[in-house]
Amino acid sequence: MVEMNLNRRQFLKLSGAAAATLAIVELGFDEKNVYAKTKEFKIAKTKVTPTICCYCGVGCGILVHTKNNTVVYTEGDPDNPINEGKLCSKGTTIRQLYTSKKRLTKPLYRAPGSKKWEEKDWEWMLDTIAKRVKETRDASFIEKEEGITVNKTEKIASLGGAALDNEETYLLAKLMRGLGVVYLEHQARI
Amino acid sequence: MTNHWNDLQNTDCALIIGANPAENHPISFRWLTKAKEKGGKIISVDPRFTRTSSQADVYAALRSGTDIPFIGGMIKYAIENNLIQKEYVAKYTNASFIVKADYDFHDGLFTGYDEATRTYDKTKWVFETAEDGTPVKDETLQHPRSVFQLLKKHFSRYDVETVCTVTGTPKQDYLDVCQTFCSTCKPDKSGTIMYAMGTTQHTVGSQNVRIYAMLQLLLGNIGIPGGGINAMRGESNVQGSTDFALLYDNLPGYLGAPKATVPEHATLKGYLEKETPPTGYWSNKPKFVVSLLKAWYGKNATKDNEFGYQFLPKGNKNYSHINLFQAMYKGELDGAFMFGTNPVVGGPNAGKEKEALGKLKWLVAMDLWETESASFWQKEAGSDPSKIDTEVFLLPASASFEKEGSVSNSSRWMQYRWKAIDSRGEARPDLAVIHELALKLKGLYAGSTKSADKPIQALDWNYGSGPEPDIDLVCKEINGYDLKTGKLLPGFGALLDDGSTSSGNWIYSGFYPEEGKNLAKRRDNKDTGGGNFLNWSYAWPMNRRILYNRASADPSGKPWSKEKAVIWWDAKQKLWVGTDVPDFKPITAPNEPGGVGPFIMNKDGVGLLFAPTLNDGPFPEHYEPFESPVPNAFSKQQLNPATVIMEGDFNKKGKNSKYPIVATTYRVSEHWQSGSMTRNQEWLSELVAHMFVEMSEELAKEKGIKNKDQIIVSSARGEIKAYAMVTKRFKPYKVNGKKVHQIGMPWHFGYKGFATGDTANRLTPHIGDANTMIPEFKAFLCDVRRADV
Ligand code: SF4
Repeated sequence: MVEMNLNRRQFLKLSGAAAATLAIVELGFDEKNVYAKTKEFKIAKTKVTPTICCYCGVGCGILVHTKNNTVVYTEGDPDNPINEGKLCSKGTTIRQLYTSKKRLTKPLYRAPGSKKWEEKDWEWMLDTIAKRVKETRDASFIEKEEGITVNKTEKIASLGGAALDNEETYLLAKLMRGLGVVYLEHQARI
Repeated sequence: MTNHWNDLQNTDCALIIGANPAENHPISFRWLTKAKEKGGKIISVDPRFTRTSSQADVYAALRSGTDIPFIGGMIKYAIENNLIQKEYVAKYTNASFIVKADYDFHDGLFTGYDEATRTYDKTKWVFETAEDGTPVKDETLQHPRSVFQLLKKHFSRYDVETVCTVTGTPKQDYLDVCQTFCSTCKPDKSGTIMYAMGTTQHTVGSQNVRIYAMLQLLLGNIGIPGGGINAMRGESNVQGSTDFALLYDNLPGYLGAPKATVPEHATLKGYLEKETPPTGYWSNKPKFVVSLLKAWYGKNATKDNEFGYQFLPKGNKNYSHINLFQAMYKGELDGAFMFGTNPVVGGPNAGKEKEALGKLKWLVAMDLWETESASFWQKEAGSDPSKIDTEVFLLPASASFEKEGSVSNSSRWMQYRWKAIDSRGEARPDLAVIHELALKLKGLYAGSTKSADKPIQALDWNYGSGPEPDIDLVCKEINGYDLKTGKLLPGFGALLDDGSTSSGNWIYSGFYPEEGKNLAKRRDNKDTGGGNFLNWSYAWPMNRRILYNRASADPSGKPWSKEKAVIWWDAKQKLWVGTDVPDFKPITAPNEPGGVGPFIMNKDGVGLLFAPTLNDGPFPEHYEPFESPVPNAFSKQQLNPATVIMEGDFNKKGKNSKYPIVATTYRVSEHWQSGSMTRNQEWLSELVAHMFVEMSEELAKEKGIKNKDQIIVSSARGEIKAYAMVTKRFKPYKVNGKKVHQIGMPWHFGYKGFATGDTANRLTPHIGDANTMIPEFKAFLCDVRRADV
């Protein structure tokens, strides 16, 4: 798991910025007392997980506070040397990626010619996608071109991936090349 | 970035051009503010007076698409005023190399041009070599065919007068920039150039970047604190996804994808012989390639089958974004995947890209939202669903903090993100979905005996037996193993080309050097010196924070100055030491062979002032954008002669008589890229809720437009509606005596989400850079009018 060095500044932060300020006056910097007093506050006793902002290439650190299976609060990670706790408007509102009512929560399928989405389960979706990939690959696969082994399909494209994790981009590149995909592109180009 | 965010505080002057970090990389700006507090200067060069300009000491306007004249003139200024770092230039660049007499340049064309194919024969741009293959040099830089003299001649045409009539920059502002930035040529001063898509998204995008790098080499600004050439990345992991080769022409770690059109590539041996230079770090390429093949094909990669090299696909054309959509538009593609991407808003000539999607049989989109691209078939998109036969699969993706994994920022820092919470609803991490799809496909192909199915059968896919992939196994595969002992490798220095090592991406090898030690997870934030934070996360390659840092020391291994020291040769320890990991062989003494050249990735260890590898010439030269309001003042070549021109119907071109106004796109702080991540959240949608087009007071007056009026912007590709935002931030340019207006607009909007608006990219052209095919989003022609007339 994460090794977070809880220094004093961060301890106060984790226990709630507002609470800490209040407590400093009332309790004279006694950390144990501060902690006891902050229990009733919204972000007291939340689980805190460090992450990196999902937006621009600065890579600011963010702490995600979760409680009762929801994200209750996010803030800049004071330990991250790049942003030292600061965030811009996008990093600040990252919580809404979880809470927005626009989040997709179910796989959706649109049949040819249809006007609407239908909810489907993952199993059906991935089975059907695998079938489509195989049909297209098998019908279009080129093994040799002018005597040279080329092992490719020029009928499947893969786009995107600049927001994926490194490990995901690695597996995606590996799978696509493994299938013989040559139309492989992402946002670095656009 | 050659340097990194925290290092910006060390700069004496930041030249920010083609970028607006105060708006688009806001937190980076704190480090510039620190530099300013220490007396550093900020220069902002931009068509518009941006938030960055408002924080700058010097602002200079330039018309979109004129970076080469702007910097070309600075190069001339630096040379003429003796503001170059001479010894650095003589020893660390190819300024001293002698170019063969074949090379010439006349009226916008270099030698070797073939008009029919719009390509150059690059063998006309080569160096004279001695018998042993090493280049012939003249370190006095006086030889008339030395790179330095040719460069001086080439840019002699870029005098201040001509430059300013082309760029539209007021002369005094231009001279201020020259003076301020060129003062960093002193050994104890450093200047950084920071850029982004305002630089690259042009038909001369690669040469724009090159000319920045050339200026930095002349000033001796690369490899030192507060220096470098720093591309600011717009997406959290566009660095990593490029490193991992989600691009048609690459394999992970910048290894070129094999091509069917290069006869030598028919075999692994031929590919390696053709692609491996005799000297420089790339001479190790066979080790990287064979180790990648071992990571991908495991036991199915043997010496006898060329380590599975033939399993890799070999393309025979340019498959980049514009070509991809043109092929799709023509019905040549059947299926497509989109992972968190939204070309119906973000792609060039986006109306055509939307139509192209309708020619697919099937489309898989994985995203957090119902994007404009996933729902391109809907009535709201302007489509008739009954006429679109595309089957669409939309898969809900986890948010970044609902899964674990690492991302690499612009500084190449690979930082780990831990999972904070289970995914919302039924959303799943992309890693799990890619993994499950791979297993299903391998299952479907398991029993086949067809030779065509061998490549997918041979793909090694072992990430644990549980339903979810074991991410730790993925990480370790990337780092690589000693296959004889099963131990993790300490770094890419240990890779071999005999099949006894593996590594899924050699440049990352070293981030996971032993069991339980994924260095991307490090959180020790003590400054280890120079603001380099060597124990925080991991920076590829080998945790180096300032690339080419050998250049911070003189040829004898002594820092050029105390202020700008990074590494130096310690004769007692016989070791390069300092505040960063040496980007150099740590035990090679300065007086040993190979002890001087800091640019270890280049064949001769020097920086390339003359680059015979680019498609459009060894020196940058100004050409006007695809659509331009004026003729090219530098030559008869209006457009980059090596740029590929797409078919007319797919990409209509606007005449400047009908579309006289220059336009560019940009971003705002509150939205991100195509807006799907931000327009689907309440607060950010509220902050910037409407599509707008920014224009000068002068243009507004000419067109009878008031602030907040509804207006129509038209280009040869289409029309959009937006609100007018009339500001003082744009000013008309005087270009060769003619008044030229420029407007700007955000490209974040589409019809989905809370904040909706017309899509700027409906206006942009399908034309790309001569080297990368990155579209020219940043300079195109249009016209504006009030919506009610
Ligand atoms: S908080 Fe802002 S500046 Fe920092 S990484 Fe996120 S988007 Fe970039």
